[in-house]
Amino acid sequence: MSAISAWFNGLITDITLWFDGFAADFHTVFIEKDRYEQMLTGLLNTLKITAGALLIGIVIGIVVAAVRSSYDKNKESLKQHGGVGYCLLAFFNFICKVYLTVIRGTPVVVQLMISYFLIFASVKDGVPVGIFAFGINSGAYVAEIFRGGIMSVDNGQFEAGRSLGFNYIQTMWYIVIPQMFKSVLPTLCNEFIALLKETSVAGYVGVMELTKAGNSIAGVTYNYFLPLMTVAAAYLIIVMILSWLVGKLERRLRVSER
Amino acid sequence: MNGNTLIQVKGLCKYYNGGKIKALDGVDIDIHGGEVVVVIGPSGSGKSTLLRSLNLLELPTAGEIVFDGVNISDKKVNINVHRQKMGMVFQHFNLFPHMTVLDNMTIAPVRLLKTPKAQAEQQAMELLSRVGLADRARNYPSQLSGGQKQRVAIVRALCMKPEVMLFDEPTSALDPEMVGEVLEVMKRLAAEGMTMAVVTHEMGFAREVGCRVVFMDGGKIIEQGTPADIFDNPQSPRLKEFLSKVL
Repeated sequence: MSAISAWFNGLITDITLWFDGFAADFHTVFIEKDRYEQMLTGLLNTLKITAGALLIGIVIGIVVAAVRSSYDKNKESLKQHGGVGYCLLAFFNFICKVYLTVIRGTPVVVQLMISYFLIFASVKDGVPVGIFAFGINSGAYVAEIFRGGIMSVDNGQFEAGRSLGFNYIQTMWYIVIPQMFKSVLPTLCNEFIALLKETSVAGYVGVMELTKAGNSIAGVTYNYFLPLMTVAAAYLIIVMILSWLVGKLERRLRVSER
Repeated sequence: MNGNTLIQVKGLCKYYNGGKIKALDGVDIDIHGGEVVVVIGPSGSGKSTLLRSLNLLELPTAGEIVFDGVNISDKKVNINVHRQKMGMVFQHFNLFPHMTVLDNMTIAPVRLLKTPKAQAEQQAMELLSRVGLADRARNYPSQLSGGQKQRVAIVRALCMKPEVMLFDEPTSALDPEMVGEVLEVMKRLAAEGMTMAVVTHEMGFAREVGCRVVFMDGGKIIEQGTPADIFDNPQSPRLKEFLSKVL
């Protein structure tokens, strides 16, 4: 009996000690010198960059996908008609192709550093520069996702729209894009998750985002476990919320498949 | 309008691969108001290309298409306005899957003809009940059978009050037992005096409903005439051979 109770008491002591240690660590990492504020600033900046880049990315994605798929769909008829319209569309299509090649062919960290140290060398705040750089980067991927979505809609849908008398843009807007949106949603969600996590390299240009905040607290306090686990948990929770929201949207859009 | 020329096709050519493939090779045909023209022929004969050229879903390489006195193959013509008057029914129905049956039917009149929504819906419901699908108005296309989808596709085109209806193999993608219900709707449409151009493999329909049967092969019209001429007294060896295989 006494052996068991001694072991039990020992266990209690161990747990108490661990909790005391944890409480002390927690105090050092978060409370002391209000370090939690650093973490919150980091979280806020991460969210700001992600949200801003997302908006820019979607706008660029729509424009580039519109140019690229319009060119592919109307190439033949425009060539026959010839004239300014064709030259203009071919020119924009070329620009878009260059953009996609360059952006997808270079690492986002390099693009970020080029933005911060070269293009916007005079801007001292890294957050807007981060929004710009990640937005431009994300736009390239979103554009290809949208273009893939447009191409995945059966051409018969397009022809049915045109045969009723809708023009190209109306057909896209009323018939093709609503169907495209539903099919690209999971891939688009993937891209947003990737974007959120990619912003963790913004620390390279001195932005105090979530990862950088965790890392700098760890550096000051010599405690790596707590800050890094907190950072990881924060990303995880944001991603889970995002996936949940997109899942809800998907279910709503799927009404017509029942 | 019966009797006058509604669509006039002159020297229509459609080449692919820079002239290597001649889908249409100089086709001339007139379609008169109230007439039902049935186009038959082996696969690859250019009959679908001809039909799809009539509303310019296929852009002709050469030749003219005159509809209602307007040369719609002219680059300067706004084809969208003329397409509103040409209903089209596709082999694969091409209903819009993200809209209900009713929305499928009202979107074009509401957006293009600016018909008030209530009026467009009332008109759509009348058409739906004529094809026996009024109870399906709030369903999505995925909930319909093939025959029902094609009947909806026909009335969707009719909602624009077209002057001519183009049918591109409307029964080819249907299960055999559903072919009848679609042909029935087409027969009634023909009896009501609608001008129709029909590409089909249904020889029974061609014989019964067609005012004129056109036989195509190799991108050319080989022979045309009344159903009796074509089916009972074929002239060209190519048509005789084709009929011996399909009848």
